[in-house]
Amino acid sequence: MSMGKRFMHWVDARFPATETYEYHMSKYYAPKNFNFWYFFGVLSMVVLVNQLVTGIWLTMMYNPSAEGAFASVEYIMRDVKGGWLIRYMHSTGASAFFVVVYLHMFRALLYGSYQKPRELVWLIGMGIYLALMAEGFFGYLLPWGNMSFWGAQVILNLPAALPVIGDGLAEWVRGDYIISGITLNRFFALHVVAIPLVLVGLVFMHLVALHHVGSNNPDGIDIKKLKDKNGIPLDGVAFHPYYTVHDMVGIVIFFICFFAVIFFFPEGGGFFLEPPNFEVANSLKTPEHIAPVWYYTPFYAILRAVPSKLGGVIAMGAAIAVLFLIPWLDKSPVRSIRYKGIMSKAALVIFAISFVILGYLGATPATPTATIMARICTILYFLFFLLMPIYTSIEKCKQPPERVTGGH
Amino acid sequence: MNTLTKSLTGLGFGAVLALSATSAMASGKGCGTFVNAKGVTEHLACSKAPIDFTNKGSLQNGAKMFLNYCAGCHSAKYVRYSRVAQDLEIPPELVEKYLMVNTDQIGDQISADIDPEVQASWFGAAPPDLSLETRLRGDDWVYTYLLSFYEDPSRPWGANNLVLKNAAMPHVLHNLQEEVSKEEFESEVGDLVNFMAWMAEPARHDRKIYGFFVILFLLVLLIPVYLLNKEFWKDVK
Repeated sequence: MSMGKRFMHWVDARFPATETYEYHMSKYYAPKNFNFWYFFGVLSMVVLVNQLVTGIWLTMMYNPSAEGAFASVEYIMRDVKGGWLIRYMHSTGASAFFVVVYLHMFRALLYGSYQKPRELVWLIGMGIYLALMAEGFFGYLLPWGNMSFWGAQVILNLPAALPVIGDGLAEWVRGDYIISGITLNRFFALHVVAIPLVLVGLVFMHLVALHHVGSNNPDGIDIKKLKDKNGIPLDGVAFHPYYTVHDMVGIVIFFICFFAVIFFFPEGGGFFLEPPNFEVANSLKTPEHIAPVWYYTPFYAILRAVPSKLGGVIAMGAAIAVLFLIPWLDKSPVRSIRYKGIMSKAALVIFAISFVILGYLGATPATPTATIMARICTILYFLFFLLMPIYTSIEKCKQPPERVTGGH
Repeated sequence: MNTLTKSLTGLGFGAVLALSATSAMASGKGCGTFVNAKGVTEHLACSKAPIDFTNKGSLQNGAKMFLNYCAGCHSAKYVRYSRVAQDLEIPPELVEKYLMVNTDQIGDQISADIDPEVQASWFGAAPPDLSLETRLRGDDWVYTYLLSFYEDPSRPWGANNLVLKNAAMPHVLHNLQEEVSKEEFESEVGDLVNFMAWMAEPARHDRKIYGFFVILFLLVLLIPVYLLNKEFWKDVK
């Protein structure tokens, strides 16, 4: 036995290294017909690692206080060697995270990846999404720019809409009567310790659950039904090396886009770094137009679409909560949009368009026309979910094939 | 191998989205409004600021302008004199002799000559720190603003501004504007705004150079990565 083999033998007797590696990599059989949409899971992991690593380095130089936060970010941008790159990687990474996660979630909607037996994969994924929204929100206050301040002011005022306990709750969350250094300190703790722990834990569970039930595919059919004499799915390929080399292509292409933004458009046209954030937080100077960062704007538009504040808060909460229910709202006998009926296809297109329009409306000032648009899109957003049990059960679906199609 | 084609389609789609968003932002932010001779309110289009970090002469002149005309009242508290010397290629002795108006430590940051609190009582508002002004307002906005002062006896300092109506700031460049031609004045203000853009983001030029090589490296890396993928998948039916 070679040195290497003897070493692994020794380790495996004490820790399931080879077994774990085989279970998750070299003997994890994924469908061979993954398409473009299947890059966004691994890309989410790549961005997560980017955020963790750049975040650790930023923490070394950042000063979490109302007096020092803004100046310390400028110190990173100017006096720390390569600090601007780390900071742009982190700020662009935040937006990139939501880009890839939204596309990853849309993939699940396209191919029914939430359907039985993957309900828990979806629910854990939704947990990740919630944690990510919290992480982005807490992190957004840290540079202590004027939009950081006023954005947080608006959102932290939302609990105040609740009857009786509202004001006390808002004050308890802020730790002060207004957003202050105290709020900044607790956001810092939540952003760099609490939420990342939750995120990493949930990502781990997401993968464990996925590898337990196996990956879905663009045809939405079960590849485990047909196996060869060794028990390997006929339409499956080992994750390593097939999908590792495959994902590398996607990762390099992603990096080309990602670094193009970092080096050439780090402000992302004012969407990734907003102009008012180049001015320190000032409780006496309200920015002309307060809007959350683009990845929250669809929900912000829903919040504003409802005439009453409490109603808006409830609608916004419901818009997120309803996503959790999808596995049970979809009654279709097939998973993939390829074999669902025309109603599912139309519903998904309308939903996606409404979501994008809501995102646009949430980023722009509310005018009477915009409010009407937001109301229509809010209704369409909810109808996608509420009518799902009906249109998925009455429509005529196509018979999915026995074997996967497309891909290589 | 249509995955790559699809990836590239996605990439193109993303790029178009990003570009349209960028142009929407750029065109959305004008330079204020003014009332024309017929009494109709019109939008003032921003003039394009001549930003060029490779033109060290322009940046040096801009630094001279800034420290002569602006730093009396405005600070640039994130900008160090030593960095001005380094990035603008000015010998430190000259920075110490000619540019450092209120300190003798070259590692110090640019502070205003007069306490902003005192100025607040004079002008009605404390002059803002200008380190990040061009990132806050936009290069073109600042450039247009500085070129848009006009005589207005109703204002306490005798001047008003088209871009920022009833600006608290006096027309500091008035004497210069009287002395030189219109083109020369625009060129001087252009240098000043070029320097302010440098102050706002000193890495702005360098990052594009790094970016060029990083993207080039990634494009080259894509070739073996693509071929490796093709090699592994050729047996998968």
